[in-house]
Amino acid sequence: MGLTLTLPLLLPLVAALLLFAVRTRRRASHALAVASATAALVASVVLLVVVLRDGIAVIAIGRWPAPYGIVLVADILSAAMVTVCALVTWATVVYATAWIDRSRESAGFFALVFVLLFGVNGAFLTGDLFNLYVWFEVMLMASFVLLVLGVERGQVEGGIKYVALNLLSSTLFLTATGILYGISGTLNFADLSRVLASADPRIVSVVAVLFAVAFGIKAGVFPLFFWLPASYHTPPVPVSALFAGLLTKVGVYALVRVFTLLFVHDPGWTHRILLSSAAATMLTGVLGALAQQDVRRILSFHIVSQIGYMVMGLALLTPLGLAASVFYIVHHIVVKTNLSLIGGLVERPGGTGSLARLGGLFRTRPWLGVLFLVPAFSLAGIPPLSGFVAKLLVIRAGLEAGAYLVTAVAIVVGLLTLLSMLKIWNEAFWKESTDRPVATDRLPLRLVLPTVVLATVTVALGVFAEPILRLAHQAAGQLLDPEAYRTAVLGTTAHAASAREG
Amino acid sequence: MELLFAIMVGTLYGCALYLLLRRSIVKLAIGLILLGNGANLLLFSSGGLVRGRPPLVPPDGTVVVPPAADPLPQALILTAIVISFGVLVFAVALIYRTHRALRTDDLDDLVATDRLGEVSEAAHRPIEPVAAGVDPRSDGR
Repeated sequence: MGLTLTLPLLLPLVAALLLFAVRTRRRASHALAVASATAALVASVVLLVVVLRDGIAVIAIGRWPAPYGIVLVADILSAAMVTVCALVTWATVVYATAWIDRSRESAGFFALVFVLLFGVNGAFLTGDLFNLYVWFEVMLMASFVLLVLGVERGQVEGGIKYVALNLLSSTLFLTATGILYGISGTLNFADLSRVLASADPRIVSVVAVLFAVAFGIKAGVFPLFFWLPASYHTPPVPVSALFAGLLTKVGVYALVRVFTLLFVHDPGWTHRILLSSAAATMLTGVLGALAQQDVRRILSFHIVSQIGYMVMGLALLTPLGLAASVFYIVHHIVVKTNLSLIGGLVERPGGTGSLARLGGLFRTRPWLGVLFLVPAFSLAGIPPLSGFVAKLLVIRAGLEAGAYLVTAVAIVVGLLTLLSMLKIWNEAFWKESTDRPVATDRLPLRLVLPTVVLATVTVALGVFAEPILRLAHQAAGQLLDPEAYRTAVLGTTAHAASAREG
Repeated sequence: MELLFAIMVGTLYGCALYLLLRRSIVKLAIGLILLGNGANLLLFSSGGLVRGRPPLVPPDGTVVVPPAADPLPQALILTAIVISFGVLVFAVALIYRTHRALRTDDLDDLVATDRLGEVSEAAHRPIEPVAAGVDPRSDGR
């Protein structure tokens, strides 16, 4: 049990150290990076299988028992997140071996990717609030360096905004953690959820809002998302793709975790705030995307818009809503990473992402047009792709909960997303080519293979939605049953109580 | 004592947020430093302040006799200080690079990544290293 749970952390760490050592040797670092990504993927699939079979997996680091020591906890949501993240990291690493230039590589690009994965997996698996803060920082530190690696003009500009807002968010997170410790005297999630049930609801609400703001900045929720479209299009494509897939979703995961386990004392208030900001997030994101004329900027704004759907499922706090949220996160990580990677392939021939200067791609690369349409239609929610199931779930959950206004927004935003995706398709693929020469050289297999794999996963998630749906429902069931989480982490409640008294 | 801490933490947060809202990039950095320090002090006082009572088990006992200082917040601060120090060093280096690239200390000049329309080619140009001894401001901009 111990190794199953710790391998998704140990593998990226060891990989990062080794990759840093061989960073100047191109072939060795490529082989090692792809091998490590594959190993991390296998380890996370094993973890998911074990968690699905045996229930919530817990390990106390250093054998210090639960309320005192730090625990790693994997429920279905955590394990599923770790697995999907490992999948997109694999795809991005393969893609990056053909994309990233030599100077970035010898500065330690691949090592940083695995440090990022290390932090992301840690954030998903930890069962301790302060430990979550530390994992966030590990992840952020790697992302800071990845974002500005290469030091292009746009990168430093985007970097300043990204770093400043994320530091502010981390400090708010730390502040909220401090206040929460002052109230409860514990930082273990399971223990906190037990203690907070009997705490003064007013101060708990204050802390809840602090957490909502801190994680809201990381997730890119309205009105806290402005750093995201300002910075995500500046680094090289694989970095954007990795950020698009992983980083904001860690914020969403943290929101899901604290707003199902800790802050459920007054859903009428806290979750209503989340619901209205979810609606605003969907709308502003997609409107921002419609105004843009650059492939990667359009995609950045769509990240924001899609975050709204996930938060909406959480804010409804119904079994169906949470299942929708979980399904949406899984679907979105795959689709969004893939769209960013394909966006890179669209840009590559002309070296520009500007829609006005692109064109005629369908004539030279018809298969790329089809490949683009798979994640694009999935993002917009066209059947039979994964996005259709995800949107259907969110909308059904919204209708069942009687949140008609938000549901209407969700449907309209789906249509606008389609419009925005068709804009890219029309401009980049369908429109007659501009005066710029259209490249006809073959794209390397290492660039195409990851996108094909992710597109296949998107189709599979839509066509064979049933097992994933069952998984999402199981995950939602666990999220809505904090007692099971507490029992898994602390042992029986009586035992935990006596441990605290002693 | 806790009241004093509360006032100090509040003052630090207030100053920090004021500085963060200024347009100067250097003031932004100072604001982030103050904010980090405020958060650390808040963590320190979150467990309650106890003077002169280290959380040690007496030689003839088996448990710590309350009231004793809470060791956990101190461990948390230590971690937070190390992290915020590392992050700040990065932020300062980044600010230096930005200043060298854009030759400005005004956040309102950093709009190239927000503007609608085309990304200028300049956004993807690496920042050329400044030769030693050459004043970056003396190139006529």
